[in-house]
Amino acid sequence: MTDEVGTPKAAPPVPHANNKTRRMVMRSIAMGGAVVGASLFGFFPVLRKWTPRLRPPGAIDEADFLAACIKCGQCVQVCPVRAIELGDLDEGFGVGVPYVPAREQACDFSCDAVQCVLACPTGALSHKISKKEEVRMGLARLDRPNACLARKGEGYKGAARPAPFKGVHRYPEIDRWKPVKLAEYKYDLELCDLCVRECPVPNAISLEPMSKDPGDKRKTPVVHQACVGCGMCEMICPTEPASIVIDIRRKWGDA
Amino acid sequence: MKLLRSFKVMLGAQPEKPTEYTPEALAMMEARRQVKGPEKARQIKEAHAEKHSHKWRNIRWATLIMVNMIFVLSFRFDVQLVEGSLTASRVIGFHFADLNSAIQVMLAYKVILINLVIGTGTVLFMWWLLGGRTFCSWTCPYHLLAEIAEKIHLALAKRKMVVDYPLHRGSRTVLYVVFALLAVASGYTVFESISPTGIVSRALIYGPGLAMVWVLGLLAYEIIFIRRMWCRYICPIGLTYGFVGAVSPLRVTYNMENCLNEGDCRKVCLVPHVLDCTKKTYAEDVNVAIGADCTRCGLCIDACPTGSLKFEVKGLNKLL
Ligand code: SF4
Ligand code: SF4
Ligand code: SF4
Ligand code: SF4
Repeated sequence: MTDEVGTPKAAPPVPHANNKTRRMVMRSIAMGGAVVGASLFGFFPVLRKWTPRLRPPGAIDEADFLAACIKCGQCVQVCPVRAIELGDLDEGFGVGVPYVPAREQACDFSCDAVQCVLACPTGALSHKISKKEEVRMGLARLDRPNACLARKGEGYKGAARPAPFKGVHRYPEIDRWKPVKLAEYKYDLELCDLCVRECPVPNAISLEPMSKDPGDKRKTPVVHQACVGCGMCEMICPTEPASIVIDIRRKWGDA
Repeated sequence: MKLLRSFKVMLGAQPEKPTEYTPEALAMMEARRQVKGPEKARQIKEAHAEKHSHKWRNIRWATLIMVNMIFVLSFRFDVQLVEGSLTASRVIGFHFADLNSAIQVMLAYKVILINLVIGTGTVLFMWWLLGGRTFCSWTCPYHLLAEIAEKIHLALAKRKMVVDYPLHRGSRTVLYVVFALLAVASGYTVFESISPTGIVSRALIYGPGLAMVWVLGLLAYEIIFIRRMWCRYICPIGLTYGFVGAVSPLRVTYNMENCLNEGDCRKVCLVPHVLDCTKKTYAEDVNVAIGADCTRCGLCIDACPTGSLKFEVKGLNKLL
């Protein structure tokens, strides 16, 4: 606070009360400036795209989304697999705004409809969407082809994401309602096809042979137009880091 | 007229001494003038020795904690009675939305959202019924933290370790307009990124994060430099609710009769300017309703040794 006792001797004598008011007004202006400044700091992370986030199903355009979201977290609360988290201060205007940390916990649409969309009171998650097939969060992309087990012709045995991984997935054949911890679900696969096997959207991804040779076991994951970018493949991929990732908000046909 | 004056004071104007008094008020002032000097001092002392109540504060703290815990627990244990947080929620299927957050969203997004209109309708009615800034002192989780910070500030100030540097009360009005304009111009809910009300509410329910650093910083600043800075001079939420509850059935009223004008009520009040009528010759009538900025916290009622301040439901005493 710039509230020092005594003004320079040279200054003309000012009545005490006035001086006090003047200092109070100066202080108020300084405080107001500081508070507005602090609030405007929110622009930096947004403009600089410091923290790109995969938004929940139905999220409208990023700028509109940040404005329309009232930061209530109702979407967080209805998700049966707790796939949605809220942003923090380093996300600027994204503080309190929901996102899906796909690698830690993807949205697997195990809520049957899109519950998060139905919960949103502001339409930040657009109510125009009612089926998982209509969602467009992003697009999956094979990011590290050389690490992909299927491309190497390798199988997979054990938990896709061993403990201490906490993520869950709902396997309808085990329990229609209760999600299972990935660390507790063991696979035994001739050829790794986890991303294809667990993708909740029909025809979004497939494994294609790498050559015409029938003896060649190797196959490659191919992403199709139906992909909604829910992040299930990114979560389930057993390589570390994931071989397949979601490009946030990318649409089919984008470069 | 009274309402206008109460708005003006809320927006930052200095309360004024009334220019006219009702005959009843004049008569009572005259009668009270007879009690003077040592006799009055004795009366005050006696009254203070007797009364140390925390009734309303305890009820209020219990309510505030309970309301916030309902949000926390229903998420933790997945009860689905209440979903969301203080900015917007759904209570047994009914939409609720914080007025200020809803205004910010609509200013930034520039769309009238039906669910928000419905949600604010319920909330508007509820806070109008309760009146004043009841939201602040009975629900806002930051209020509780700031109230504790204020106590620390006062304790330190008593030992001359800190000094309060008061600000101009008009700053809140200016900031209200600035944040509204910022939302329109930028298309973002700029204020929400620093609102401690939202941050604390979400931290309670969804777990704390980096954002709590901002809140703790604010509290530290309030302790060291400016008594109750955020609620007094900044928070637009308080101002929004001040308008909503300006005329409502429930209010705090002042009765001049037993008042000794020693001002304990003004010392505890977050918005002491609304209690100006408790100063000598500042009440124009025997009974005065406390203005729009009052948070209905009841601290003054607890503090007043003579029962001059009371919660009152308009018209109810006439019925009884
Ligand atoms: S669609 Fe369902 S599973 Fe996916 S994030 Fe929303 S609520 Fe969760
Ligand atoms: S429910 Fe809608 S408004 Fe609430 S946090 Fe989620 S996206 Fe934002
Ligand atoms: S003024 Fe703002 S921060 Fe303070 S109690 Fe009211 S709503 Fe909460
Ligand atoms: S006037 Fe009384 S009830 Fe109103 S805010 Fe001040 S202390 Fe609280």
